[in-house]
Amino acid sequence: MVEADHRDLGRRLAEVGYLAEESLAMAVALARRLERPLLLEGAPGVGKTEVAKAVAEVLAARLIRLQCYEGLDANAAIYEWDYRRQLLAIRLQEAEGRPRAELEQQLFSETFLLRRPLLEAISQEVPPVLLIDEIDRADEEFEAYLLEVLSDFQVTIPEIGTISATSRPLVILTSNGSRALSDALRRRCLYAYLDYPDETREVAIIAARLPDIDRTLCRQAVQFVQALRAEDLEKTPGIAETLDWVRALFALGIGDLAQDPEALQASLLCLLKTEPDIKATTPEVTARLLGRVA
Amino acid sequence: MNAVRQIAGFVGHLRLNGFTAGPGEAIAIGEILLQGERPLSIHEARLLLKPLLAGNHEDWIRFDELFDAYWLGRGIKLAERQPAQGQVTVDDRRPLIWERHFAGDGSQDLPGTGDGPENWEDSGPAPAGRTLASRRERLLGTDLRRLRSPEELAEAEAAALRLARAMRYRLSRRQRMARRGSVLDLRRTLRRNLSKGGEPFDLLWRRRPDRPVRLVVLLDVSGSMEPYSRTFLTFLKGLVGAWRESDAYIFHTRLVRVTQAMRDGDPLRALTRLSLMAKGMGGGTRIAEALRHFNESYAKSALNARTVVVIVSDGYDSDPPEALGTELARLKRRARRVVWLNPLAGWPGYEPVARGMAAALPHVDLFAPAHSLASLGALESELAAL
Repeated sequence: MVEADHRDLGRRLAEVGYLAEESLAMAVALARRLERPLLLEGAPGVGKTEVAKAVAEVLAARLIRLQCYEGLDANAAIYEWDYRRQLLAIRLQEAEGRPRAELEQQLFSETFLLRRPLLEAISQEVPPVLLIDEIDRADEEFEAYLLEVLSDFQVTIPEIGTISATSRPLVILTSNGSRALSDALRRRCLYAYLDYPDETREVAIIAARLPDIDRTLCRQAVQFVQALRAEDLEKTPGIAETLDWVRALFALGIGDLAQDPEALQASLLCLLKTEPDIKATTPEVTARLLGRVA
Repeated sequence: MNAVRQIAGFVGHLRLNGFTAGPGEAIAIGEILLQGERPLSIHEARLLLKPLLAGNHEDWIRFDELFDAYWLGRGIKLAERQPAQGQVTVDDRRPLIWERHFAGDGSQDLPGTGDGPENWEDSGPAPAGRTLASRRERLLGTDLRRLRSPEELAEAEAAALRLARAMRYRLSRRQRMARRGSVLDLRRTLRRNLSKGGEPFDLLWRRRPDRPVRLVVLLDVSGSMEPYSRTFLTFLKGLVGAWRESDAYIFHTRLVRVTQAMRDGDPLRALTRLSLMAKGMGGGTRIAEALRHFNESYAKSALNARTVVVIVSDGYDSDPPEALGTELARLKRRARRVVWLNPLAGWPGYEPVARGMAAALPHVDLFAPAHSLASLGALESELAAL
């Protein structure tokens, strides 16, 4: 049952080091149950991609990833004929003098088919996890291709015919909201929004990833980052940045944030990724933020 | 049966509040509930319904409130404040300039459906071709303040819409066929050369088109801009409707994002949404405050390195001029170009002496007149030149 599923899933995700909010665990459980794609939105660095990796690990499924980019087209996402090998085959055939009919059949067989992630994902024996990362970077035309694959789980190749899914993958799409997605896509997907974790959860995440770190430093660092997120920054630091920073603090031998202001200021490079942000976060600002850390 | 009716009622309640959930979702919920062994707790039901029924971030945030309102009878019942679809009554207190804003545009003005030029001719009574053309030409150069009769205004609006559509720039980054390019298009090359025995003789290439420009328009709808607002709003609707990568805001003393309302396919609903947003329209202006609001709330997601920000305003600001300079400088750092269109700049002998305008000029890449349709059309080359 779904209500039991999601608790179980949440627990198993925690075992592989992903501390999911209850709403996210429920969304993933529902996506499995209903065999519908799940659309994850949220600011960069909240761990959207990590969800897919962790879910794949929990389900012991293969993770197939399609990274979207501007200009991604069907050839790079679904399938492509291997033209170079086809040309070679034609040359060989000429040299050997084999009959033409045989060659034609051979040229457009699966031997010469390059499977791209989407086709790969629907032709697995065991249902994989298909991660379609940063779908908002792809063009709208590509979204339309995707709709066919996601609703029918089949791909039509003119030369071969329609290939239906041997198993239905668990599809997870992520978006940073750099472009509005079409309503058609949204309607086919379940939806979950990931926010920055609250203090308790972030401390738990850091502690799970870096078990050697002192708990007090960890809490201090998380409180500092949470205060920093409230500032007007161009790039708000995500969980990955917090992790990097705590690692750096550990490497620098800082046991208490208030201990060495200069080293602290220098280590902020791990959190601030643009020049205006670095300039805006002066030692005074750092001291003010530090004042809020209990 | 009762549960089914309640679920359907809840989905309807959400739809009234702008969710896109439909019968498909209601059926999915029913199926899940039927499989359950025990009744769900309210907490579980909330968790279960949220990913199914929410479709975007806004839905996600509002869901809990709407859920409580429907199932627990708590909180504000948002649905009651909005009239049901199809029964929208036009608000009589609506500011005058909205009055005919969507008049007669019906469905043929929806983005994407009214593509062909033949559709453009549909709005308004169409006299014989030539007179129409010459009148249009004259209209293009006329100061919009001088348009008095409803017919002239309607025609100016139709022209603004046409102009906006003609300016659309919908290039994507997919590779296209090109005479010469960087990548060999093997698929097309083989196809083309089948007649030559598969020998790749004619080579076909692909290349990436230029990146599309993103457009963000901030329109001043304060009292001093009133003679122009109507035409600019129509122009804005045309631009935003046709230009995928665009974003529209209106401001007077406050700033409101109107992109969704402008794209709304249902003209009646769009009208209601806009008039709700436009409360206080026609009053004073606080440009610096509006820009500050934009910089703080929207700039991060709305702007990128290929964004052109177009501010349409007469520059009469009741905020201190220094504040305007500061906010514009902040805006300028995030955007590719800042264009300021000033309807007054088209008047003979105009000098940007308004103190706010003088403070703004150093941060503006282009300062141009926007008093007539022709001057709006001149914007296109500015955008294409990026």
